Amino acid sequence: MRGLTRGYVIRRIGMFFLTIWLGATIIYIIPRLMPGDPVSAMISRMMAQAGRIENTEQIIAAWREKFGLDDPPLTQYLRYMGNLLTFDLDYSLSSFPARVNELIARSIPWTLGLLTMATIISFVAGNAIGALMGWRNTPKTLKAILPFSLTFTSVPFFMLGMLLIYIFAYGLRWFSPGGSAARGIPQGLTWDYIMTVIHHGMLPAFAIVLASMGGWALGMRGMMITSAGEDYLILAQAKGLRLGRIFWRYSVRNAILPQVTALALSMGSIVAGSILVEYLFSYPGTGYLLYLGIVNSDFTLIQGVVFVLIVATSFAVLLIDLLYPLIDPRITYQKR
Amino acid sequence: MTVTQNRAVESETSAAREKVLEVKNLRIHYETPRGDVIAVNGINFHVYKGETLGLVGESGCGKSTATAGILRLVQPPGRIVDGEVLLNGVDLLKLNESELRQKRWRDASLIPQGAMNSLNPVMKVKEQIGDGITTHEPGMSRQAVKERILELLTLVGLPSRVYDLYPHELSGGMKQRVCIAMGIALNPSMIIADEPTSALDVVVQRVVAQTLLDVKKKLGVSMILIGHDMGLQAQLVDRIAVMYAGNIVEIAPVRSLFEEPMHPYTQLLIASIPSIKERKPLKITEGLTHDLRNPPPGCIFQFRCPQVMEHCRKITPPLRELKPEHYVACHLYE
Repeated sequence: MRGLTRGYVIRRIGMFFLTIWLGATIIYIIPRLMPGDPVSAMISRMMAQAGRIENTEQIIAAWREKFGLDDPPLTQYLRYMGNLLTFDLDYSLSSFPARVNELIARSIPWTLGLLTMATIISFVAGNAIGALMGWRNTPKTLKAILPFSLTFTSVPFFMLGMLLIYIFAYGLRWFSPGGSAARGIPQGLTWDYIMTVIHHGMLPAFAIVLASMGGWALGMRGMMITSAGEDYLILAQAKGLRLGRIFWRYSVRNAILPQVTALALSMGSIVAGSILVEYLFSYPGTGYLLYLGIVNSDFTLIQGVVFVLIVATSFAVLLIDLLYPLIDPRITYQKR
Repeated sequence: MTVTQNRAVESETSAAREKVLEVKNLRIHYETPRGDVIAVNGINFHVYKGETLGLVGESGCGKSTATAGILRLVQPPGRIVDGEVLLNGVDLLKLNESELRQKRWRDASLIPQGAMNSLNPVMKVKEQIGDGITTHEPGMSRQAVKERILELLTLVGLPSRVYDLYPHELSGGMKQRVCIAMGIALNPSMIIADEPTSALDVVVQRVVAQTLLDVKKKLGVSMILIGHDMGLQAQLVDRIAVMYAGNIVEIAPVRSLFEEPMHPYTQLLIASIPSIKERKPLKITEGLTHDLRNPPPGCIFQFRCPQVMEHCRKITPPLRELKPEHYVACHLYE
């Protein structure tokens, strides 16, 4: 491929694994520095449900042994790393005997679907609005209306979500206030099921798009204004090119380059889901899962979700690094 | 070569020669919160067929703005307030957007000032020369466009591999040549070269200037060459217009101007050409220029003029023909 050398690709992929290893180590250490012990937390939760529990001491000791929590730290660390290599993310401490793999596998499609759609819509709409706002030849009336589309950017995510639920779910009853699909419709690739999933996803997606679109728009607007004074734009005008061509090929094409980098970075966080939005709409994605993990001091679950997040972010950055020479011809990894 | 050319120019009578471009009373202002800056103050000049007109003056005197006005490329907050720009008899300032778009490049092209930034960094040379051609020649086949581009590259002395390169893969001189190739792509009747060599080092400057001259001779196109390098101008142009603070103060055939500069500003400009034989102090630093928002009554050059007289401060001197084709705006010769 243009601009890539084999040496660079190998080094870059090495970098990718190094990042993941470092990230995995950090997420191993940090939860263990937190106050609170997951096993006692679990016992107290069980006690809250069942009243008194006999032999709590023995249960705690047995579980600590079962999870290997009494082994020397290094042994625990090596076992953890070994498991990661096989993508075995251990049992979830809070919803034993479920395994973290299964929990993540169950929630990731929801998050991927919701956030991929929302991010793409927000990226496209935001950049289009920003590009038109920053362009000199945009019709005046349009230029006057566009900023209104960004009003909701200043409202926090969760406030916006509550507002949407209040208006569209309780007020107008167009959408349901939460969940990912209507009850009673069997899961599967049927028309009914797909429709209910889309219907349930719309409100949270709308919240994310409304709240994040403005960031893209403002970034793009800034880039458009910066590039408006460029000599190549004046020359393009002098050439008598059509406005559409100047807009797309000369203006937007150059202004969007930093936005693409930002998109790659946000791709990583798609996997993590949007904790607040998912929590608010009780959407069963990874963000909600991470929330549950934190609330229950579930080490292994937090580790698992964050590990997936690290892998996804590193992968998105790796991908953009390898694809960037195609987007910007000035970037090349070839030595000259 | 320049000398013989100039003789030919001087021997012809102006009435017999066809004017390709005529600029009448062109006035361009830049809006600022504290009043309009008068960048171009009602200038008049014309360019004959096949002729090169030099436009000189110090930075900020309005020479680039004036030529941007010809193509209606004045960027906001600047605007053309008044005037006529007749290109082959058509007033460009009266055309609507799409008519103007068709005139641009086909009839008058631009070789920009900073070739470094004048090429779109994400488009190959072939696309950038090509889109100018295909916009105005929609019927041209892909193969014909390609042949034309390669022909243009050869004409400006570039190897054909440049066709497939991106701007960042070219040197400064090569980029400037690409811009020249682009400017002549449609055989326009008028080329505006805005300091085409100012961003280059001296050696490359001469080579690019030579290229420009060769190309111009081959095509017989008219040209306005903006610059502040009097030495380079002396070698390249047929007539020179000297601008000061938005006004043309002297227009003359190049030999006449260098042999007998009449306006005090022109005299100072020529005296300030650096010499390698002796060191001499710059003469032009004395006096401040006026606020461009509020030009004084009388002569525009009064504050810096070494020979200023009493009525220079009251009456604006008109541009008058003192010798054949030699126009000066100065009270000294009344």
